[in-house]
Order: sequence, then C-alpha cells, then structure tokens
Amino acid sequence: MLFTSYRFIGFITAVFIVYYLFPKKYQWCFLLAASYLFYYLANPAYLFFIGATTVSTWLIGRKLDQLHTEQDAFLAANKGKISREEKKAWKAQSKAKMWKWLLACLLFNLGILAVLKYTNFAIANLNGILNALGSGQQISFVDLVLPMGISFYTFQTMGYIIDVYRGTCRAEKNLGKLALFVSFFPQLVQGPISRYSDLAASLYTPHRFNAKTVSYGLYRILWGYFKKLVIADRILVAVNAIIQNPDTYQGGFVLVGMLFYAFELYADFTGGIDITIGIAQTMGITVKENFIRPYFSKNIKEYWNRWHISMGTWFTDYIFYPFSVCKPMLKLSTFSRKHFGDVIGKRMPVYLSAFVVWFTTGIWHGASWNFIVWGLMNFVVIMISQELQPLYRRFHARFHVKDKAWYGVFEIIRTILLMSSLRMFDCYRNVPLTFQMFANMFTHFKLSELNAAAFLELGLSGAEYALLFVSLLIVLSVSIFQEKRGSVRDFLFNTAPAWSKYAVFGVMVIVVIVFGAYGIGYDQTQFIYNQF
Amino acid sequence: MKNRKFPLWLPAVLITAAAVLAVLFFLQLLFLPKYMSDIPEGAMVAEYYEETTDHEVVFIGDCEVYENFSPITLYENYGITSYIRGSAQQLVWQSYYLLEDTLRYETPKVVVFNVLALKYDEPQSEAYNRMTIDGMEWSSAKIGAIRASMTEDESMLDYLFPILRYHSRWSDLTSEDVTYLFSRDKVTHNGYYMRVDVKPVDSFPEPDVLADYTLGSNAMSYLDQMRELCEENDIELVLIKSPSLYPHWYDEWDEEIIEYARDHGLYYFNYITLSDEVGIDYSTDTYDAGLHLNLSGAEKLSDYFGAWLSETFDLTDYREDEEYSAVYAEKIQFYEEMEAAQYEELEEYGEIISY
Amino acid sequence: MEALLDILSGLHPEVDFETCTTLIDEKIIDSFDIVTIIAEINEEYDVVIPAEEIIPENFNSAQALYDLILRLED
Repeated sequence: MLFTSYRFIGFITAVFIVYYLFPKKYQWCFLLAASYLFYYLANPAYLFFIGATTVSTWLIGRKLDQLHTEQDAFLAANKGKISREEKKAWKAQSKAKMWKWLLACLLFNLGILAVLKYTNFAIANLNGILNALGSGQQISFVDLVLPMGISFYTFQTMGYIIDVYRGTCRAEKNLGKLALFVSFFPQLVQGPISRYSDLAASLYTPHRFNAKTVSYGLYRILWGYFKKLVIADRILVAVNAIIQNPDTYQGGFVLVGMLFYAFELYADFTGGIDITIGIAQTMGITVKENFIRPYFSKNIKEYWNRWHISMGTWFTDYIFYPFSVCKPMLKLSTFSRKHFGDVIGKRMPVYLSAFVVWFTTGIWHGASWNFIVWGLMNFVVIMISQELQPLYRRFHARFHVKDKAWYGVFEIIRTILLMSSLRMFDCYRNVPLTFQMFANMFTHFKLSELNAAAFLELGLSGAEYALLFVSLLIVLSVSIFQEKRGSVRDFLFNTAPAWSKYAVFGVMVIVVIVFGAYGIGYDQTQFIYNQF
Repeated sequence: MKNRKFPLWLPAVLITAAAVLAVLFFLQLLFLPKYMSDIPEGAMVAEYYEETTDHEVVFIGDCEVYENFSPITLYENYGITSYIRGSAQQLVWQSYYLLEDTLRYETPKVVVFNVLALKYDEPQSEAYNRMTIDGMEWSSAKIGAIRASMTEDESMLDYLFPILRYHSRWSDLTSEDVTYLFSRDKVTHNGYYMRVDVKPVDSFPEPDVLADYTLGSNAMSYLDQMRELCEENDIELVLIKSPSLYPHWYDEWDEEIIEYARDHGLYYFNYITLSDEVGIDYSTDTYDAGLHLNLSGAEKLSDYFGAWLSETFDLTDYREDEEYSAVYAEKIQFYEEMEAAQYEELEEYGEIISY
Repeated sequence: MEALLDILSGLHPEVDFETCTTLIDEKIIDSFDIVTIIAEINEEYDVVIPAEEIIPENFNSAQALYDLILRLED
C-alpha cells in the first residue's frame, strides 16, 4: 500500500476513527492489529519474517533483563561481603553470558535480513569472480521475498536489544507491546528507525481525542502530501528522463538531473516522514523527527546530523562508538601511536570506525555497489573536510567571513552541491557510468543546450515547471520561517488570526487535490482518442 | 457531572469543510472535459437527458449506430421517433446499462442493438469508459456500468469524484472549459453524429487469424440480460450489424448471432451482406474509407431500415402529432443547418474542421 | 583533571572547557572528537569508557567526564 494510494488514505481514516472509539486501555492492541493487517495486506508471507524477528527479540530481551536482575540482586546481596576483584570477575562473567545472548539475537535477525536482501548481490559478485577466473560456471539467482521495511524494523529491533544489553532500557515484558513497537504501521514503509525509549513513551499509553494534537497531525500529513504529490512525483518525470537516458542527456543536463534529484529526494523522503509523523500525531503518538531542514547545513557533517537523523544516530551509537572504543581498537591506537607517531595513532580509531560505518551505511541502503561506493565516497569527503578543518579555521580567523550572510549561503550551496553529486550513485545504473557522467558534466557542459525547448522535452509542461518553482519557493519559505521563528503550526494556532488556520488548511487540501501528480491522468501520457 | 464545554472549533471545521467542498465542486465542473469543439463523442451520452419527447425506437451500440443511422430521416420519411444511445467503443455491458438507464425515463417499443461490440469480452480502455460513463446521470445503472467497465488501474472513487481523475487538466484548460461550465451545446441529432465528407473505401488489412471464433461468454451474458430486460418490458429487441466494413465481422460470429436470434425469436440483419439491397455505394457513402457511413450513407440506411420498422411494428406516425411536429421542426432545422455548414466548410477548407 | 583538560584543549583550543557545560548539546564536540577523547583517556588514565557510557550527560562538560573516569576507575 503506497502512501499515495486511495487504499492507504482509506486505511488511515478507518484506523483513526476506530482508534478513538476503542476503549482507551486497549488502543495499543487495536494499533497492533491494524499494523499486522497493514502488513498482511501487503503480503501475508511478510508476517512470518516480522513475527520471527519480534519473538526472538522478545525472548532474548527477557533473558537479558533476567540476567541484569540476577546481577543486581547478587551485587546487592553481597554488598561489602566480596572483594572488588571478586565483584569484577562476577560482573565480567555475567557480561559474557549476556554478550552471547545478544550476539545470538543480532546474528539471527541480521541473518534474516542478510539472506533476504543480499543473497542475490553476493551471487552476482561470485559470478563476476567466477567469470574473471575464466570459469564457465555461473550460480543462478534465487527468488526471495523482501518484506516491506525489513531494513528499518530489523535495525529498530537491533537497537532495542543492544539497549537492553547495555542496561540503558528495560526489556518489554509484553510480547504484544514489543510487536507493536516493531510493526507500527506508519513507520513500516520508510522508517524512521525509532528508538524504543523514544517511541514506547507514547505508543502504549491511552490517548484521548485532543482537537489540537489531531489538527497538528493533519497539517503535518497534508504538508507531507504536498511535498510528495505536488513536488516529488511531478519532478520525478524529468529526473527519470535524464538519468535513464545518459546517452541523450549529458553535460549540463547531468547537473540538471542531479539538482532535480536533490529536490525530488528531499520532497519525497521528508514528505513521507511528515506523513508518518503526522499519522502518529493524530493518534497522540510522538515519533522523533528524522530531518531538521538538512539543506540548510553548512558542511557535510552537519548535513548528516540533520538528514535521516534516526539512521545517522543508529550508526553512530551502535556501530561507530562500540567499534571505536572496543579494546582491540584502543590497543591498535596505542600501537600505532608508538610506531607511527601521534598523527596517525590519533586518527586510527576515527578513520577505521568511520570507514566501517560508511561501508555499512552504504550497504544498508541497498544491495549494490552503487550504494557501497556512495557510502565510501561519503567517508572520503568527510575525512577530507575533517583534515581541512585547521585550514578552514585559519582562513576564517584571517578573513572574518564566517559571520557574513553571503558566506553562509555559499557554504549551504556548497554542501548541497557536494551531497547531490554523491547522490549520483543513486541515479545511474552502475559505478563506472556514474563516474563517467560526473566527468561528462564538466567536459560536455554547453550552456546553450539548456534552453526552454530542451526542458520541455523532459516531459513537464511550462505550467508544471512554474508550479514546481512556486511549490519549491513555498517549501523554502516555510523552512526559513521554521529556522528563524519555529513551528509554523504554533504560529497559525497562537499568533495568526483565528480564521487563518482554517483557511490555510482548506487551501492546502484543494492544492493537493488539484495539483498533486496522482491518478490515471498522470499514469497515462495523455487522453488519446483514435477514431474507431 | 462534569460540565462539558461545547467545542467551538466544530462549527469552524464544518464551515471550512463546506467551503472546501464547494470550491472542489466548482473546480470539478471546470476540469471535466467538455467535448465540444474536439471529440464530440464524449458529449453524446449526456445529451439524451435534454430530450423533451419520448421515442418509440431506441438504438444502442457504438459508432456503428451513432454514425450510421439518422433519426431525423426516420422521422421525416416515416414519422418514427427514435434516439441513439451510443458512444465511442461502447462495450456491450455499457449498452446494457444505458438501456437500463433509458428505461428510467421511457419505455420504447423497439430496441435496436448493434452486435459488433460483442467481440469485446473484457474492459478495454479507460478513456473510452470515461466518454461513455461520465455523461450518465447517477443511478444504479451508472454504478453497474462503472463496475462492469473498470480496467485494472481504475477506481470507483475516480468516477464518484471526477476531479480526482481530471485534476491533471489544470494546466490545459481552455476558454471552452469556461464557456461550457454549466451548459453544453447540442452535438448530435437524436444521438446521430453527422459527417458529410466523402472518403471512398480503399482496402483493409487482412483480418487477423483468431485462436477462438466464439464470442466471449461475458459479452454474451450481457446480451442475455439485455434480451431479458426487453422481454420484461414488452420491448422488441432487434439485432443488427451495421454496414461498416471494418473492424472485421467474422462469418463465425455472424453464424453465432444468427443462431442466437433464431433460438430466442429475435430479428437479426447483417447489413454488410445486405448493402447492395440498401443501395450503399462504398465509394460515396462513407467518410473514412468504410469504417463509418457519411450523411448520404446514413440516410440511405435509415430509409431502408425505417421502411422495415414501420411495416413490422405498430409504430405511431408522429408527423401528425402537434407537439412532436413542433419539437421535430426545430430538430430538422438544426439538422439542415449543420448539413449546410459542413458543406460550406468542406468547400472552404477541403475538409471538415469543426464537427 | 589537568591532564583531561589538556586533552580537550588539544582538540579545541578555542573552547573554555573549565566552564562549558553544553559540549554535546551545542554540538561543540562531535562524534569524532568523542572517539579521540576516549582513546586519549585510555592512554592517560588506562580507563576504557564503554559505548553505553557515551551519552550527553557524561560528555557535556569536562567535570562530568572526569566524574565518569573516576567512577570507571573504581
């Protein structure tokens, strides 16, 4: 069920109504049923996989919790009776036991994900190697289901079990409640990867109908649909025309495609998350923000703190930190310091861990070399900018441009261009072609080619370009307002005249219905009539 | 008991909702294709509801009826009142539901159905569906027609709220959409689409070899329903195959219909085989090389068919009726004016442009 | 404490670590800094700060970080 299908809108409407008619105490049970129904409608086979992940995580979560309790009880009971060394030894032993359980859980769930998502990628690579070795043998691909949202919910459960292992959160005793945390339907399609401690707070509690919360949610949903339907799904036509025809669209059009894709991805992804967060909000549930106006970032590090935040923090907390502070890494750091000096020794843990993080981030996005190279290119760019930092600092100290508005704008545009060019890996068929097109952008750039007629060839009419321009301007204005003055909804509800919130909502509904690029009118190229 | 405060936002929400719906309704009128200057086929089904007098003969079917029979000729020559409920690529279930729809307003004595559409057993094209169904007034017949016609990508919602279907027209609105916001011009003569130009029959591609020469069971079941509906209402059902030469009407299909007509005691005429008798000259009586008849061909066929109708059935000669003759005088004037205008255009431009 | 302040100043000479209590909240130090700090603390104090202790409360100020080291040494 796509967010933009009539069925989905019908589904969330029905869920919303029943949710508030349901006995408050059992609202979460209804949500669980709705989520599983949602998943069932997508494909009944999916239930098996999400069920396996949920039950295994629940069981091991309980076990870890029990070990924690035992440890606490033992330490409390023997306080003062045992020596520090004995205490340490006991703790280590207990920790080792927990580690085994954790590892089992991670391997099991990651295993499901790996098999379903990466088997064919592995086979393709093996075939490539076999081919290179001159072997005529080829392994045939396997036909596997890929459950909707599996990357998201697997990572969400992994985060949960690690938190339980670390003792930063208690295990959920109720299997049903944990199942809801894993399957909460607005999140299933495209995330975010919520943390148990963030989401659980409002997921299970009873929610009374509150007009303001519900309308905030509705505004958010509409805003999401505006971005998705009016902007993303429209500009998609031009993006596809460019990236699917690299022989035709070269030079300047590679740049156009890159920028259009930046708009499309932004509108599509943030719009989808707006819909997710908005739906949750109409039911009184708080899902943590996943974007903070990322295109206002002044450098790539800031960008990754503001774009797809739930993924970024997941990789930082569960891969980057554990990897960089584990004992072998610290030893390696000490070793390199001794043998290669401070400069390398200091950088060792950061570089190695960042490499691992960006490699896994890449492969998490999709089973292809495009994504892996994309991740590694991010790593390279981040490390270069990290190394250049002292240089920047000196430059800023010397020229005092840091507080100038134009310099800020320059930094923002620079970051957008940088991130957009990395995203070309997302667009073109394979890695060599991507590099080729990137070079082509400079070598074949002809300004004269970028004329109106050529833009109309991309499948959008002049009116649609005008609409896109105005819509993007609206998004920009709203973002600037949020950046400078905070929530637009707060402004509408607290400061602006009372009627304006109704007017804005009404206009938004009409705009989305009229200007959204949905339905048969957009599927079929045109209303063709042949004399019959 | 707690004192419950009346939520003040409720009336505001209701007013907003009403305003939004009103605007959307207006926009829907604006976005609906008007089918006036271009593709008049789309305006045909709705035009029926403007009729002020009843009809004793109703034709149902696709272009093979609405381009080949002229109700004005039937009236002028025999006093027969008739109407063609036809539209482009009208599928047999759409014909059935249009008959149901017609019966909500009047009960004719004779229903004439053109059998070509029986070759289609499944929904075909969204565009044609819309041209046939959008013009229907809301009734169970319309809902039935939608259900039976929808292709895989279509949804009932798009029919219930056509703005969801046509909103994409926001960027190609023309002055026509404003001019015809609330009313339409007449484009047909009791459902007949007039063309006076001539394009002689040249040649047709060889008919395809089919895997199966039986007419589809779904299509035939609607023919059954149509027959039963006529029986219930004491209507004579006449099956015809128009003298259009293309799409190809296979002999096997013809046999099947002959048998069907025999089994159920219906009349069936294949005017392709009877074309000599009717007097159709394929070098002068068609405007698109044999797909459809032009005015000359349609008038010949109507005269021939009208003679048979008035001989066979007990039809009233409405030329004697004061009310009818007044109504038809206007219709005949419109008919003659359009004929003259088309000839004028033909002379000026060498082709028909505005019809 | 002195040694810790030295480590921190080595990374960000422009920050006054003795008074600042919003190192994480205001994004003065980032994840790369944290990892470098942990490695240096390991060198200096022979204390391993485990991943689960990397939370804003422990890294917002030099004092909090120092308290963490003492707690882990124990």
